Amino acid sequence: MWRSCLRLRDGGRRLLNRAPGGRTASVGPGLSPQSPARAYAPPTERKRFYQNVSITQGEGGFEINLDHRKLKTPQAKLFTVPSEALAIAVATEWDSQQDTIKFYTMHLTTLCNTSLDNPTQRNKDQLIRATVKFLDTDTICYRVEEPETLVELQKNEWDPIIEWAEKRYGVEIGSSTSIMGPSVPAKTREVLVSHLASYNMWALQGIEFVVAQLKSMVLTLGLIDLRLTVEQAVLLSRLEEEYQIQKWGNIEWAHDYELQELRARTAAGTLFVHLCSESTTVKHKLLQE
Amino acid sequence: MAALGSPARTFRGLLRELRYVNAATGRPYRDTAAYRYLVKAFRAHRVTSEKLCRAQHELHFQAATYLCLLRSIREHVALHQEFHGKGERSVEESAGLVGLKLPHQPGGKGWEP
Repeated sequence: MWRSCLRLRDGGRRLLNRAPGGRTASVGPGLSPQSPARAYAPPTERKRFYQNVSITQGEGGFEINLDHRKLKTPQAKLFTVPSEALAIAVATEWDSQQDTIKFYTMHLTTLCNTSLDNPTQRNKDQLIRATVKFLDTDTICYRVEEPETLVELQKNEWDPIIEWAEKRYGVEIGSSTSIMGPSVPAKTREVLVSHLASYNMWALQGIEFVVAQLKSMVLTLGLIDLRLTVEQAVLLSRLEEEYQIQKWGNIEWAHDYELQELRARTAAGTLFVHLCSESTTVKHKLLQE
Repeated sequence: MAALGSPARTFRGLLRELRYVNAATGRPYRDTAAYRYLVKAFRAHRVTSEKLCRAQHELHFQAATYLCLLRSIREHVALHQEFHGKGERSVEESAGLVGLKLPHQPGGKGWEP
């Protein structure tokens, strides 16, 4: 009796819980009377509400103007970027929007907003630690044991990059076939932490973004040090997927879609890091008679 | 050092992407700030007598990265509109994607109103 009461109450609660869920699903956005109830409409894109995009130089850096309004971040701060090239690239992003503003294609704007607002409220140390944490589970340090051809492919493609990184930073990284991953010595982490500490906050936000896209710290270092192009880094990051594609065939709406998105995000992050960390010095050559 | 090919090739690729970008607004791409900046940057770093000029390589790397960004976004948007932009597909469309057709019954299935 006592038990059945419990069960009843439980069942009742489950019913209660389900009711509001069902209701919200039925009044979701984008449901028109003629469309079937299952149809899911993607979140609406905003209409392009401006004609001209221009850049002005303010006190804090370069600002973007949409017609005569100043661009602001989601937290309503003034949108200012430190470098002219970055401002031009962001302005080009806004100018290239046709009819509707597609925020999911504006990676540089997104990165600038993240740096300006810092929505996760992390300081420099936390950011660096979050970045270096990826080294423990670095994609290119995890190896498979079979099939034979993939083992060889990973060895041929990934080993040179690890060797390069070990030599460039004077550290030990290594690779492993165990599920626990490679055991990276503490010394390596120290070296990389102190290396990353030489970057400013903006560049670090970009670095963390790229690391999170490629799932690899080593490949990101390769991009920052101009050792790899974006296309190469993305290929190396997706090595197993490429292997499977060669074996089983390519699916345009899954593989190509992901490839292009990953490339776009990685390129945006890499460009962001380079533009935010550089200091331009112009040296004129002496004219010789 | 990453192999990048010739700078002229990268420059031409960038101009092509700028043309695509500005097809959206209908204005000639030569009027844009991006075009002026790129031309200026490529001109300024064109001549150097050093065998391996780091600054030039860096600029070329950035240009190639930007080219990759513009090209990937364009192709990503095209794929998105083709496959993901319209919400859920109908049963007929889904079958068509993998080269199948729904069975056709001349007299109807019997349970439609």
